[in-house]
Amino acid sequence: MVTTTPVALPAAVRWHGRGGQGVVTASRLLAAAALEGGYYPQSLPDFGAERSGAPVAAYTRIDDQPPSVRGPVESPGLVLVLDPSLIGNVDVLEGMAPGSAVVVNSIRSPEDEQKRLVRDDVVICTVDATAISLELIGRALPNTPMLGALLEVFPVVNLETMVEAVRKQLRGLFPDRIVDGNIAALHRGFESAKSIAQGGAQ
Amino acid sequence: MVDTQERPASAGPATSTAIAVNGGEAVAYALKQIEPEVVAAYPITPQTLIIEKFAEYCADGLVRTEYINVESEHAALSACVGASAAGARAITATAGPGLALMFEMLGVASGMRLPIVMHLCTRALSAPLNILGDHSDAMAMRETGWVMLSGSSPQEAYDLALVAQTIAEHPDVMLPTANLVDGFMVTHAVERVDVLPDDVVREYVGEYEPETSLLAEGSTATYGALDFRDYYFEHRRQQEAALYRSRPIVEQALKRFGEISGRDYNILEPYRMEDAEVVLVLLGSAEGQAHAAVDAARATGLKAGALRVRLFRPFPTKAVAEALSGARVVGVLDRAIGFGSVDNPLLSDIKSTLWTQSNRPLTKGFVYGLGGRVVTLGQFNQAFDELRSALESGEVPLEPTYLGLREDGEVSE
Repeated sequence: MVTTTPVALPAAVRWHGRGGQGVVTASRLLAAAALEGGYYPQSLPDFGAERSGAPVAAYTRIDDQPPSVRGPVESPGLVLVLDPSLIGNVDVLEGMAPGSAVVVNSIRSPEDEQKRLVRDDVVICTVDATAISLELIGRALPNTPMLGALLEVFPVVNLETMVEAVRKQLRGLFPDRIVDGNIAALHRGFESAKSIAQGGAQ
Repeated sequence: MVDTQERPASAGPATSTAIAVNGGEAVAYALKQIEPEVVAAYPITPQTLIIEKFAEYCADGLVRTEYINVESEHAALSACVGASAAGARAITATAGPGLALMFEMLGVASGMRLPIVMHLCTRALSAPLNILGDHSDAMAMRETGWVMLSGSSPQEAYDLALVAQTIAEHPDVMLPTANLVDGFMVTHAVERVDVLPDDVVREYVGEYEPETSLLAEGSTATYGALDFRDYYFEHRRQQEAALYRSRPIVEQALKRFGEISGRDYNILEPYRMEDAEVVLVLLGSAEGQAHAAVDAARATGLKAGALRVRLFRPFPTKAVAEALSGARVVGVLDRAIGFGSVDNPLLSDIKSTLWTQSNRPLTKGFVYGLGGRVVTLGQFNQAFDELRSALESGEVPLEPTYLGLREDGEVSE
């Protein structure tokens, strides 16, 4: 367990995944949680390839004042990879400064992912978000477990605020059992995330 | 909840509710609060966020609006023309190629003096096919007689949606008004948007009660009549006069909006302009990058500033001239190409504005962000570098600089 420090503002987050995995929704849910937490958020999808399975990205900015820049996040402090098969095909760590954090949806340990990512100067966190979502939502939708896991390395809001924001956003869009499944998946993601600090030190 | 009593003017800003929505949903929310009699629209990216959300409001019975699913954008604006001439409040929304298909009706709406409001989600024009954001569409409509407002954020998209309504329907204006919402960078950006209480919005936009309409009792009005050598010229001149007359009314509408919302807007948005000698002028959502570039230039000792144009038509000549009176070099950022023109559209307006000024500054054109090309801070830093050189040498090249254009297989930063 990494001892997390409060999130530095302005915070910039980049999401990588494939069309259909809920990347845009995840970014939006993080923005909604940040709003609940009293921040000024921005969530921006990266448009172009809007096809199932194609690499997609989304960006979340969080600050204590209204965001001014609207466009892709070039130097993220946090990167989330919803599909580990992107690593090696997409430069998911592009523009990341030392000391920033990456959360990978992976069955592997953070130590193993560190070898694959070839970066020992960033905090690495893994969570088996696909398995969690299959078990608790019934579909491979890794986005809500990832939202839980990100709090491990990016405690911009507390778990309760995240849960409330997600519930509020999903309620009305989906039946209760799907909403509850997502909330359970969020909790499980939070509980099962494993991370190693930069340099691999525990 | 705010009570439904009429709020005295001295009441101060109303209590807003903060919601996390994108620019499209923010405009749809404004439409829900305005609850016009008619909305006619044809879906096109990136405008779909507005009309899908508004269609949901209709289906859920939250508004009593007649929502007309038309067969094309030409029909969308035609339906609005008919509804508006009949005395209804009519609103549409479109983008890029959709606006192009509306073109005939743009002039019909303004020539018939119909206060239709359009939310234009700015998008590149084809070909090549491109769904992303630039200002090619907006520039194509700039001389069709519409009042044109341009925002830079989801908050402003919501706010100007309300303001546009009061400008268009002002008895001294009675002209169609467009709210330019930058495609993707504003339409699809989810941000905090402070929405006003319904009753405050309703009081601000008021009821639409036209002096005449086709369906008014005892009406003898004629709309869109044949008008040859006899009066066409006079009517066109009256239309032009009405457009120029709208300038102070736009200022009043923004001021009145500031009183209810606490958000102070004016027809121009200056940034660090007090002592600025080198200024970037722009329209729309790249404002944040421009501000960051101003800060970076200031840090190196350059007296830099930025000026965003919120009222694009009628062009606020006097205010722009005043704002730029202390500038020595002015760079103008165009997000469109004015094919074959002497200058690109915004540069052309700025140059004409400055021509009659004494001690007029040097001007330099830049083109950026076409077809959604990512607008980086580096591009605007480059712009200030070029303006700094102009300041030192006293010379500027006539050709525009294309920021972020790939010339040799590399995207310049």
